[in-house]
Amino acid sequence: MSGSSKSTGGGLFAIGYSLLFFAFLFGPLIIMTITAFNSSSFPRITPWECFTTDWFGALIRDQRLMSGLSTSVGIGIGVVAISVPLGLAGALALSEVSPRLRTALYSVLIIPILVPGVVLGISTIVFWGSVGRLFGGDHGGIFYNGTFLTLAGQVTFIAAYAMLVFIARLQRFDPTLTEAALDLGATPGQAFRKILMPFLGPAIGSAAFMALLASFENYNTTVFTILSGNTFTTALASKVRLGTDPSLSALAVIIIAVTLIGAMINEAHNRRQELLRTGRASRSRLYTNPVTRWLTHPAGIGIILLGCAAALVYAGSEHDSRACRADLIEQKRAVQERLLQEQRQRIEEQKRLQQPSATTPPQPSNNPSPFGGAFSPGGLAPGAAPAPAPSTNPSPFGGAFNPSALAPEAAPAPTPVPSANPSPFGNAFNPGSLQPKP
Amino acid sequence: MTSNKDVVLDHVSIRFGAYTAVDNAFLTIKGGEFFSFLGPSGCGKTTLLRCVSGFVDPTEGRVLIGGKDMRDVSPNKRPTALIFQNLALFPLMSVAENIAFPLEVRGVGRKERRKRADELLDMIALPGTGDKKVHELSGGQRQRVAIARALAVEPDILLLDEPLSALDLKLRQHMRTELRAIQQRVGLTFIYITHDQGEALTMSDRVAVMNTGVIEQVDAPEAVYNRPKTAFVASFVGENNALSGKIASAESGYAALETPAGLLHGVAAGGRHYKPGDACILFVRPERLMLARDNDSVNRIVGTLEKEEFEGNIRIAHVRIGNAMIRISRVNDGLSAPLAPGENVTLAFSPDNATVLPVSSMAEVDA
Ligand SMILES: Nc1ncnc2c1ncn2[C@@H]1O[C@H](COP(=O)(O)OP(=O)(O)O)[C@@H](O)[C@H]1O
Ligand SMILES: [Mg+2]
Repeated sequence: MSGSSKSTGGGLFAIGYSLLFFAFLFGPLIIMTITAFNSSSFPRITPWECFTTDWFGALIRDQRLMSGLSTSVGIGIGVVAISVPLGLAGALALSEVSPRLRTALYSVLIIPILVPGVVLGISTIVFWGSVGRLFGGDHGGIFYNGTFLTLAGQVTFIAAYAMLVFIARLQRFDPTLTEAALDLGATPGQAFRKILMPFLGPAIGSAAFMALLASFENYNTTVFTILSGNTFTTALASKVRLGTDPSLSALAVIIIAVTLIGAMINEAHNRRQELLRTGRASRSRLYTNPVTRWLTHPAGIGIILLGCAAALVYAGSEHDSRACRADLIEQKRAVQERLLQEQRQRIEEQKRLQQPSATTPPQPSNNPSPFGGAFSPGGLAPGAAPAPAPSTNPSPFGGAFNPSALAPEAAPAPTPVPSANPSPFGNAFNPGSLQPKP
Repeated sequence: MTSNKDVVLDHVSIRFGAYTAVDNAFLTIKGGEFFSFLGPSGCGKTTLLRCVSGFVDPTEGRVLIGGKDMRDVSPNKRPTALIFQNLALFPLMSVAENIAFPLEVRGVGRKERRKRADELLDMIALPGTGDKKVHELSGGQRQRVAIARALAVEPDILLLDEPLSALDLKLRQHMRTELRAIQQRVGLTFIYITHDQGEALTMSDRVAVMNTGVIEQVDAPEAVYNRPKTAFVASFVGENNALSGKIASAESGYAALETPAGLLHGVAAGGRHYKPGDACILFVRPERLMLARDNDSVNRIVGTLEKEEFEGNIRIAHVRIGNAMIRISRVNDGLSAPLAPGENVTLAFSPDNATVLPVSSMAEVDA
């Protein structure tokens, strides 16, 4: 394989492609992470100003975001507590009914996932609003409470997600295990608790995690159902709408860190399970040595990572960028001072020059053309024509296209001086040059 | 005299919609008996067993265990323990937890459970494996753990659904003797299901041969093999040569059949009375046929040898007679020489070694 890809050059291409792909995937995250530590009040890398951890502080001091966060956590826990049992019940019901009924029921239960979140949000308000009216509740009642409505709205589709997780797990369940338990004397309840539930354990964990994430990051539905309140996501969205600052990057850093730590612990757990399951653990050097055994244990890794994170947070909170920023301000002030000084000098000089000949045209040094005076036709004119001074020509083409520069050609010029011809084509197209000399 | 280990199938029929999985099963399994149901796969054996253990209700008839009607008794209340075709050991539990599960659900304390599990592990000759996970055991060990778990229930009747089908040949043969030994030690009623006639014949006290939901014969293994009562049993149990024809004459328990291979005589099975002209089949086992040296046999068949297969202990010769092929097996006793293909051979057999059976249900043979 490697030989063939070497000969075709595919290897190089594949590496290049992978690098590009990773850059595409992780570039934004990396850049965002860096901007969180730049003191510039707009999230950017260049110009780099000062390394700072102040944006984390700014994030935590943001009242709106923090109250949204606590609302989100509360709603998330509620959603998990309701949708996991609901999803489990749905999945169990589906596994029990006859195949034909199952297809129909499945389609019905899956609809909330297919319906756009916006529709769910609006219909949740409308539905619970009419329930509220039915019971004669006033507008301060629970059916007009943003948290309750958000909970209700999110559960409608997150319970369906949870159900999908459980269905996937149940499909791998061997129903003869339940029969075996019954046959061995277990009551149906015991068979459920001792056989099916332990099997579903991992699925309950992942369904709960997924429900929490789905609830936390939901915007489409929540933005309607939360009414005048705020969840973390809606607070964030309105913050972004008002203009962004690097405290959002700081938030991204926190989320990335939490995700990475979680992923590493999970990976350690999976590897350990794999080792134990295949029975290679006893032969692995990592496992026979008690120190490395502890270090590769998910709990060990978790403790190490959390320790590192805590140390970083502490170091960050101790970091003081005030000195650097004061320096920076000082520098800026110095630069401004210098510019001001120069400006003043220039004005002074001009004043001095203008006093002796007030009628002289502006200095060539004031020529705004980027080419200086090089293309200025006036610069080529041997005798300075009176006004208008060509040096004031603002065109970067130095008057080459200036119609007024061509005007003397069309009219019989009193003193046609070829060297003063402003055409970029020399005289080639000058009709005057073709005319027989009078 | 009924013991509480008796099982009676009282005209049991089980239907799934229009499909009849078990058709009017009527038999008594005596306490302490090793009883086998033998039949091709799909004939309704598992369904019948699940009916005894309570997972399927009979559409008609009753199941009696120890003289009690089991109609409204749920599976966990029946004195039966079922060993599933796939064993159904609990993968998340250790071996000891598996074996102690029946005690756990009956509220036996942890210490007592472990003690009993260790006793049962000793009994199945797997001491010290209690803390292993199920997947760490070999196929044969798992098999024995499943048996131990079922015995922990202290059932009156142990039901086994093709428990050896997943094992390799050597282990299967070893487990046959083992199962039989366990059954004799614990003295339970074993109801054993298999499509492997070797298993059924070696282990059982009695065998019921099933075909498409119908129990065709219930007998001791020798009787099933030597005196099949239907054409299906004759062709399903063991090797058999079938020659069909019409009855020429029938008298005093024997019948003469006009076949393409000539007029052949055999026992009229089960003392049946045939009339001349009845469509019948004469069955004669390969090991009951002999190469004829003299001419005084009643039954003689002349044919050409197609080929002879060497199987170590025996040689199987395939002889063509008209359109039919007849197999004859000969013990490799070191004296007989191999036959050459194309050779003309004469086969002979005693009428007592041939069975004449009516054609019915022949269609299902080899299904
Ligand atoms: N629950 C059921 N619903 C419909 N048909 C069934 C059911 N259980 C078994 N059958 C049918 O009954 C027949 C006998 O099945 P089974 O008892 O498993 O056969 P065996 O164990 O002898 O191989 C099969 O054709 C099978 O399709
Ligand atoms: Mg079966």
